[in-house]
Amino acid sequence: MPMKNPTVSSKDINKRPSFPMQVLVRKEIAAHIRSWRFIILILLIALTFGASLYVSSMGLKDAVSNMRDPDQSFLYLKLLTTTDNSIPPFHVFLNFLAPLLGIALGFDAVNAEYNNGTLTRLLAQPIYRDNLLFAKFLAPLAVVGTLFVALVMLMIGGGLLGTGVRIEPQELLRILGFTLISVLYVAFWLSLSILLSIRFRQPATSALTAIGIWLFFTVFFPILVNLAIRPFLPNPNYISEQEYIGYNELILNLLRLSPSQLYSDATTTLLMPSVRSLGPISMEQMVGAIPSPLSFRESFLMVWPQVSGLSAAMMICFAWSYYIFMRREIRS
Amino acid sequence: MKDPIIQLTGLTKSYGKVTAVDQLDLHIYPGEIFGLLGPNGAGKTTSILMMLGLTEPTAGTAYVCGYNATRNPIAVKRKVGYLPDNVGFYPDMTALENLCFIARLNGLSESDAQASAKDMLHVVGLEKEMHKKTGAFSRGMKQRLGLAEVLIKAPEVAILDEPTLGIDPKGVDEFLELIKQLSREHNLTVLLSSHHLHQVQRVCDRVGIFVGGKLLVEGSLESLAHNLQQQKGISTVITLEHAQGDIKRFEEALKALPGLRDLTVNGLTIELKTDSDTTAMAVRMLVNNGAAIVSVSRNDYQLDDIYNTYFENSITTDNAYEKSNGFFKRYQ
Repeated sequence: MPMKNPTVSSKDINKRPSFPMQVLVRKEIAAHIRSWRFIILILLIALTFGASLYVSSMGLKDAVSNMRDPDQSFLYLKLLTTTDNSIPPFHVFLNFLAPLLGIALGFDAVNAEYNNGTLTRLLAQPIYRDNLLFAKFLAPLAVVGTLFVALVMLMIGGGLLGTGVRIEPQELLRILGFTLISVLYVAFWLSLSILLSIRFRQPATSALTAIGIWLFFTVFFPILVNLAIRPFLPNPNYISEQEYIGYNELILNLLRLSPSQLYSDATTTLLMPSVRSLGPISMEQMVGAIPSPLSFRESFLMVWPQVSGLSAAMMICFAWSYYIFMRREIRS
Repeated sequence: MKDPIIQLTGLTKSYGKVTAVDQLDLHIYPGEIFGLLGPNGAGKTTSILMMLGLTEPTAGTAYVCGYNATRNPIAVKRKVGYLPDNVGFYPDMTALENLCFIARLNGLSESDAQASAKDMLHVVGLEKEMHKKTGAFSRGMKQRLGLAEVLIKAPEVAILDEPTLGIDPKGVDEFLELIKQLSREHNLTVLLSSHHLHQVQRVCDRVGIFVGGKLLVEGSLESLAHNLQQQKGISTVITLEHAQGDIKRFEEALKALPGLRDLTVNGLTIELKTDSDTTAMAVRMLVNNGAAIVSVSRNDYQLDDIYNTYFENSITTDNAYEKSNGFFKRYQ
C-alpha cells in the first residue's frame, strides 16, 4: 500500500478541477499569440518603440546636460520623451497605435465565433455567458500588458547597461504608471471594439466602424470643436484675461471628451515631471513658481481625472456590451 | 414507467406576434432515441435551445435531468451534450485541441482531457485526422467531431440538431448507426431533430411530428402509420383485363366487403377504400365472380404518406403567409 501513495497524490494534482474562466482565457491568449494579426501588431509596436528609442538615445546627451530643463536629471524619462522632431516620441506614437491595437484584438471577438458556429457550441458547455465576454476582454489585455511591460523593462535594462546611471524610484513609478495608463487606453478601445463586434454580425463592419470612430477622434474631433467654438469666440483683444482663460479652458474641456486627448494629457504629465498644469496658467499663478519637477504623487493626482475618465469610458462600453450580449439570441 | 428525463410542459416561445413554439408538451424517457421531425422553420431548434436554457421561454417549463433549464441552465448543460445544426470549430486548432478545450471547460484536467479526447476520436473514427486543423475538415468530419464533443462530457442526454444535414447518404447511414450503437451501449437518451423522415426513421424509437410550432402527433412509426390507416382507410386499386358488362356484378359483390368506405369504378379500374386490409378478400370475391384481374395494388400507409399528411399540407400555406407578413410589416 505505501508504494501506491505517490501515484495517487500525483494523480490528485492532475485531477484538480479547472475553472472554465481560466480555460477560456488560456485559449484566447493562445489564439491571439498564434495569429498573424498579433505578430504584425507586435512588429509594428516594437519597430516604433525601437525607432523612437534610437532617436532619443542619440539626443540623450544634450537633453541631460541642458541645465535649463528642470527634468534633466530624469534620464529614463528623457529616454522615453526626447526627440529631434524627426519622429514623435513613443508616447505620442502610442496615442495612434494603441487604438489600432485595441481594435485589432477585439473587432471580431464575438461575431467571428458567431459566424464560425462556435458560439452556440461554446455556450452549450457548462459555463456562464459572461465568462466568455470576460475572457474576450481579459485575454487581449493580458497579452498587451505583457508586451508593454516587456518593452519598458527592455528599455530600462538597455539604459542601465548603456549609461550606468541608476534609476530613481520615482522614475520607475512614473514609467510603470505610463504603462498602466497605456494598457487602460488599449482597454478602452478593446471594449469599444468588443461592443461593436456584438452589435454587428460582420467582422468587416465592426472593424470599419471602430476605425471610423478612431479617425473621428484623432482627426476630425479637434477640427469640429474649433469650428463649433469659433463663431462664439469674441476677439481676444477686447476681452479680459479672465474671460480669455475661461474660453481656453472651455475648448480644452471639450477636447477632453476625446479619449486620445485624455491619454496624451495623462502620459505627458506622468513622463514630464515639470508639467504642473494641463490648462492655461495666469501670470499671478506663475509668479514665484520655481520651475522644478513635481513629485510622483502630485503628478499622479493631476492626471487622476484623466485616468478616471478613461476607465469610465471603458466601463460604459463594457457594461453596454455585457447588456446586449446577455440578452442576445444566440441561434444562428 | 420510468420518470421522463426530458419533460416539457406548455413550452411556448413567441417573437413578437409570431409564435415559434406553441404549447409544446413532450416527455422523453431515459435510454430512448426520440426523433423530432418537422420541416424547416417549424420551431425545432427553438425548442432545443429552450431545453438547454439558451433561450428563455415565453411561457411553460422545461425540465431536463430533473433541473429547470431556464432557472438552472449550468446544471442542465453539465448533463446534456448538444450538437448544433451548423456546427463549427476553431479553424486554427487541431481536432484534438478543439476537443481538449471543450473537455477542459467541462472540468476535466489537462491529462484526462487529452486521454478522453483521443478515446472519443477513436470512437467516431477520426483518429487519423487527430492532428489536422479543423479548418480543412469536411462537413461529415465536422459532424463526427461534433459527436465526439457531445460524448466527451459523458452526457445523460444527447441533443442532436439536424445531425444528418449535408452529409452524403453513406455518411448518414454510418453516422446514424454510430448514434444508435452509442445509445444502446451507454444507455444514452438521444433527441435528434431532422426534416428527413426517411433518414432518421431507422434509428428512432419514437418520433414526434412538429409543424408550425405545434407537436401534431407522437409515437412509434408503426403506431403513426396505424393511426393514419384508421383515419384514412386502406385503398386498393384493382385493374381488370376486360369488363364485358360484368362490372355491375363485381360492384355488387364488393359492396359486401366488411368496413367498406368508398368504391369507385373508373373504366377498367376499381378503387376500394376500407377500414382494414381486405385486399385478399376482395380479389377472391372478384375471381369467384369470374373477373380477369391483371394487377392489384394495395396502398398501406408508409412513410411517404405520414410525411405528406403531416408535413406538407399544414405548413407551407399558413407559415409562408405569416413570414411574408412579418417581412412587409418591417419595411412599411
